[in-house]
Amino acid sequence: MPTSPRPSAGRYGQAGQLFTKQTQAIFYNWFQKVFFGAEEVAIPQYGSTAEAAKAHPKADVFINMASFRSAYESTLEALQLPTIRTVAVIAEGVPERDTKHLIAVARRGNKVVLGPATVGGVQAGAFKIADAAGTLDNILACRLYRPGCVGFVSKSGGMSNELYNVIARAADGVYEGVAIGGDAFPGSTLSDHCLRYQNIPGVAMIVVLGEIGGRDEYSLVEALASGAITKPVVAWVSGTCATLFATEVQFGHAGAKSGGDDESAQAKNAALAAAGAVVPASFEDLEATIARVYRGLVDAGRVTPARDDPPPAVPEDLAAAKRAGRVRVPTHVVSSICDDRGEEPTYNGVSMSELMQGDATVADAIGLLWFKRRLPGYATKFIEMCVVLCADHGPCVSGAHNTIVTARAGKDLISSLVSGLLTIGPRFGGAIDGAAQYFKEAVDEGWEPDEFVEKMKKRGIRVPGIGHRIKSKDNRDKRVELLQRYARTHFPSTRYLDYAVEVEGYTLQKAANLVLNVDGCIVGMFTKVEIDSIVKIGYLNGLFVLARTIGLIGHCLDQKRLGQPLYRHPWDDVLYTK
Amino acid sequence: MARKKIREYNSKTLLKVHAARLGGLDLPIRVAQVKADTDFGALVTAHPWLSTTPLVVKPDCLFGKRGKHDLVGLKLDLAGAEDFIAQRMGKVINMGTVSGPIDCFIIEPFVPHDAEYYLCIQSTRAGTDLSFSEAGGVEIEEHWDQVRSVSLAVGEAVTGEALAPLLATLPLELRPGMEAFLATAHAVFTDLDFTLMEMNPFTLGPDGAPFPLDMRGELDDTAAFRSAKKWGDLEFPLPFGRRLGPAEAAVARMDEGTGASLKLSVLNPRGRVWTMVAGGGASVIYADTVGDLGAADELGNYAEYSGGPNAAETHAYALRLLDCTTAGPDGRARALIVGGGIANFTDVAATFKGIIQAIRERADAVKAARLKLFVRRGGPNYRAGLDAMRALGSEIGIDIEVYGPEASMTGICKLAIDHLKDSDARDAKAAQ
Repeated sequence: MPTSPRPSAGRYGQAGQLFTKQTQAIFYNWFQKVFFGAEEVAIPQYGSTAEAAKAHPKADVFINMASFRSAYESTLEALQLPTIRTVAVIAEGVPERDTKHLIAVARRGNKVVLGPATVGGVQAGAFKIADAAGTLDNILACRLYRPGCVGFVSKSGGMSNELYNVIARAADGVYEGVAIGGDAFPGSTLSDHCLRYQNIPGVAMIVVLGEIGGRDEYSLVEALASGAITKPVVAWVSGTCATLFATEVQFGHAGAKSGGDDESAQAKNAALAAAGAVVPASFEDLEATIARVYRGLVDAGRVTPARDDPPPAVPEDLAAAKRAGRVRVPTHVVSSICDDRGEEPTYNGVSMSELMQGDATVADAIGLLWFKRRLPGYATKFIEMCVVLCADHGPCVSGAHNTIVTARAGKDLISSLVSGLLTIGPRFGGAIDGAAQYFKEAVDEGWEPDEFVEKMKKRGIRVPGIGHRIKSKDNRDKRVELLQRYARTHFPSTRYLDYAVEVEGYTLQKAANLVLNVDGCIVGMFTKVEIDSIVKIGYLNGLFVLARTIGLIGHCLDQKRLGQPLYRHPWDDVLYTK
Repeated sequence: MARKKIREYNSKTLLKVHAARLGGLDLPIRVAQVKADTDFGALVTAHPWLSTTPLVVKPDCLFGKRGKHDLVGLKLDLAGAEDFIAQRMGKVINMGTVSGPIDCFIIEPFVPHDAEYYLCIQSTRAGTDLSFSEAGGVEIEEHWDQVRSVSLAVGEAVTGEALAPLLATLPLELRPGMEAFLATAHAVFTDLDFTLMEMNPFTLGPDGAPFPLDMRGELDDTAAFRSAKKWGDLEFPLPFGRRLGPAEAAVARMDEGTGASLKLSVLNPRGRVWTMVAGGGASVIYADTVGDLGAADELGNYAEYSGGPNAAETHAYALRLLDCTTAGPDGRARALIVGGGIANFTDVAATFKGIIQAIRERADAVKAARLKLFVRRGGPNYRAGLDAMRALGSEIGIDIEVYGPEASMTGICKLAIDHLKDSDARDAKAAQ
């Protein structure tokens, strides 16, 4: 990139042009990919201002988007870097004491501070700060893609954009426009910028929008009176209404207050007019006044109106087109169980507050989020029982063992949990869906229990859900008993359960240690209609996973609490073979 | 977010506490505060000197010239002080253009003294201005030529040399003590984010230690996020004579709870021209224009919203404003100016959404108050916003005129006021 033409360093405030087409800027606390024309551009990111400045020594502008809490420190750091010359501080709410210090530092280093509390500014056809001048629509309407002849400065950011529009109608658009912010001590004043504009050849006339409060406009009065500014200045100071108020009213800007005589709008307007500025009778007349002064310059041959070549077409932003209904964009993701877009999230249509007011339990959430319906009380109670009963089964089962080993390896909770969960499958805890499938098939086909067991044996499939390592006919799984008792009391139909129990009776005949285990029991609790969809998608294993997560986490925490060292399996428990 | 006045009680307390911390000075300041609900028993327990020393009692309500209004009680004992206060608490007094009730007093020990000095520290762009005079007190204006000032740059050390011009005519033996006091006051001023600190007068106590008799201060409230702890339990009272109505108080609370800016000041509750304008700059200009058109008396409010309030915030804000606008319908037409410039980044459709919802909810009140709305706005998504406003008008049957950035910003002010004039003329004719 060609070197940017450096503006002549003059006395502070008379530095001339700050931005050109070649300006490189460092943005602080702001990352976006941006579009330049039709191309998307990723802007290099650095961890610190110093790094960024070192990597880009030609970047002499620093745009600070940090909030008021950290704007001062970050701005100070930038001002102290030799490569940074101009700083814009967007934050509103920077304490006066801090701003004063920044002003002093900037002055010593002959640097320019724009803001705080500024929306920014724009160098037509060259550079735009952050949100200043807004959307592409507005930039086109104001013809900001090429320089006009007006240098504009105001306190208010909102009004700066309004005036870019007014100036584009009344004259040939701005050459440069700047909002200095509404604070009591702006980093650079209205007169600072007017003096700059005086030194910029492309600026033929200056427009100033001041405000009641403070004495900034008097520096401009002095500059005019002393002849430091000779270009025509059209100025208006708003706030003439303050004389209407009996007590002090704090207007929207920190520096604007309806107190003190010579800080009144009337006094300042009068002083500006007396010093040679062109002051309209009211804001309403400002546009016509600007037009008159501009035409005078054109007629006198002092200004050649800027050409209005049609600008290149820029494609519209997708977001804007969507909002305006000009495009239909397909979504890439579908989701039906939870909607977080409203005032509060809803689980399958039921709001959080409704759930809380109804004393919803974990099982209610499971019902809504897994089965997409509110389950009746007996079913949610049953699910809760399942979860409680299956929460843990000691340190020796596969899942717990894995979790313990992982925790003892010093790993974090998530890793330890997941390690245990990964053992859940056809042989451990993951049998429910399988059991559901097979039992359902057996009942629907009308097989007798013994028929079912033999068929499974022939297919080489161990009857799922039947068979728990140490439980037997004489040592029934207590959990199963509890669940069965509850089911028979509350569930309207226990068809599959009854079938599973019959199968149990048969298998017990065959071998005393094949007993319904918990998994098989759980599936017996659901009705035919539910089973159809439940089985196909595989919900039921989820219950076991959910429940056992409680225990696995417990084991992880337990190992950490006990400070257990790395686990190493004893050699003598391994058969080493070729 | 600005310079806010604080009570004399707080100025003196801050000075005492932080002069000790920053300058090692133990100033003989003793102050107590009395409000309508103050329990004198508890107060005396906290400040035993109240029952043992003669007292001075004054209102502490952010206005001066109290002596000239028979509001200062001198050399009172505790009972006398209580009585003095009881006779004046809640009393409405007139201070020129404003009047209001006295709701707060300050009590201090009465200290006989001779010398009355003047000190004023002010924050300026370049640093601070210190003004000092040996002829302070009530008659200071008559001796203004004796006030001397120095300007200190930001960060400049407050040395004897820097202060020398101020203390040039002070007797030599008083200078070290005075230097220390001025330097310490300046340190407190800077460290606690004062923007104004004035003692008129301060005097020297029996052992030569300086302390203020009358004092006023202003703090930079944007510094609250880092100085609030040092400030302690401190209030920023409203300027004397300003009472917040319920809508204004509600909006002030909303303003404090958001990063956006929401302001509402009711000027004339029976006004017929109201404004709801986006932006601190534009809102002042709209108020100017209404004044220029001669309708200053009819201006109901000053208000502004900016900084990107979301739809819920604008909705709540607009409801409050509409309640003020439509209050007490008197059969005559009214106008609401919903204005603004051409926004840089505020989504006009989004902010209008909240306003439109509020108008919809208050449709009956709007009609009862014969309120006509004049809308002008530009900025991102403005077309959708303006269309929604137009649609609202036909949907709920209220009068809305809608303009975009092609119209002048303040043109709707004239339209609004002309509308009122025309409407009054028609009403008059119909009455004949």
